[in-house]
Amino acid sequence: MDVLLDNLDLYGPGFLNTIELFLIAAAGSLVLGTILAMLRVSPVPIFRAAGTLYVTVVRNTPLTLVFFFFAFAFPLLKIVDASDFGGSAARYYFTFAVISLTLYTSAFVCEVVRSGINTVPVGQAEASRALGLTFGQMLGSVVLPQATRAVVPPMVSTMIALLKNTTIAAGFSVFQAGSISLNLSERGENQLVGLLWVALFFVILVIPMTLLQRSLEKRWSIAR
Amino acid sequence: MSASVLFDIPGPKARLRYRLYAVLGIVVLVAGVGFVLYRFADSGQFDGAKWTWLEYKNVQTTMLDALWNTIRAFLAGAVLAMVFGAIFAAGQLSDHKVVRVPAMVVVELFRAVPLVVLIFIFHYGIGLGAPFYSVVLGLTLYNGSVLAEVFRAGVLSLPRGQSEAAYAVGMRKTQVMTLVLLPQAVRAMLPAIISQLVVLLKDSALGFLITYEELLYQARYLGGIFEFGRPLVPITIVVAAIYIAMCLLLTWFANYLEKRNRRNKKVIDIEAKPAEDVVAAAV
Repeated sequence: MDVLLDNLDLYGPGFLNTIELFLIAAAGSLVLGTILAMLRVSPVPIFRAAGTLYVTVVRNTPLTLVFFFFAFAFPLLKIVDASDFGGSAARYYFTFAVISLTLYTSAFVCEVVRSGINTVPVGQAEASRALGLTFGQMLGSVVLPQATRAVVPPMVSTMIALLKNTTIAAGFSVFQAGSISLNLSERGENQLVGLLWVALFFVILVIPMTLLQRSLEKRWSIAR
Repeated sequence: MSASVLFDIPGPKARLRYRLYAVLGIVVLVAGVGFVLYRFADSGQFDGAKWTWLEYKNVQTTMLDALWNTIRAFLAGAVLAMVFGAIFAAGQLSDHKVVRVPAMVVVELFRAVPLVVLIFIFHYGIGLGAPFYSVVLGLTLYNGSVLAEVFRAGVLSLPRGQSEAAYAVGMRKTQVMTLVLLPQAVRAMLPAIISQLVVLLKDSALGFLITYEELLYQARYLGGIFEFGRPLVPITIVVAAIYIAMCLLLTWFANYLEKRNRRNKKVIDIEAKPAEDVVAAAV
């Protein structure tokens, strides 16, 4: 307990940064992932090919490598200037942690959304057309409500994965929960205890999300 | 695309519109890729000098060693995670509360703690010695817990008649599990298991963070060497290609097994939940 209380100035901002990283990357990857999913189910072949290529490449690349690229290789390309971030290295690394997480997670979000749309039987759309619904009405009141049921539980899993993946940023100069223990060791504190507190923090955040996901899955699988 | 829920089979007007979209799409794509290539070329990433490192014998052996270190961690992690998964799946399915509850707690715990934090605990917290052990132990506990859930789902999805028949023949509980249920569950769940192995392979890259000398670690080292012109970008491209090739190979293997399974009548068809097998591949 002492390790936690004595170092609240590390834990507080560390956890806050983790949550900030998570929320921004979650919003970003939901938007980008949905756009990718739209590309992948679009009737234009070139759009589908582009979406598939992106998902295949990103899903088979380790997230650590994506971070690696942005932390070490990307600055060499000189596309953006460090001075754009007010010369602050911390802001630079935080921004690229968000970009890495968003690019990586959106590939998984895309797959979840796409498979959700695919669970809706074609007959549903055909029936709604036969009733004379317009495209918008069909999407809004027939296809999307059903797709959402299939999508939400796996989407929660993807978001849990994103939350845990934020810790990888610890290895790339971003200060957040994962890097607390490294800072603790400089103060001569016990690293094991420090790390166990970090682990507990994630357990407290993740378990409720898992429970929510399970209950949704159970409730909605009956209604289907 | 006639099978899509979202779109009708296009008529002449729609086909024309789609063609227009296709042209626009190609223009945007070419512009995007072109910009990236231009930046790469402009900052000299395609200069011959930045690629000469590939020709050195020493560099090649270093890269091969690093690749072997990655594969070594993957193989050890994969085997141990399967064993861990099988044991804890059996534990979760046990009739005795004393066994079932701890097994569930362990599985939930290791699934909730980020793998990086686990590896840090083993390396910096406990101090297991060589980074290899921390990496493998972390990979085993995390992926083993996920695999335990996969095995459990597989066993639960088998028709009840399978275990009833086995009991009727006079088998004991252990025999029913090991001889009848697990083999079938493993077979039905092979695609999910292999996609988890892809995750395990990718996660082995986390060893970089605790200075395990795998592909990324060597990439960082070689990329900083001045005589080669600091070829970080080329080296990142090469390493990414290696990872993508290895993962695609595994995925291809999974698809191959799935196809073979579908033709095999001995396998029980477990109701497919398309949205879920994607998630097994997340993280």
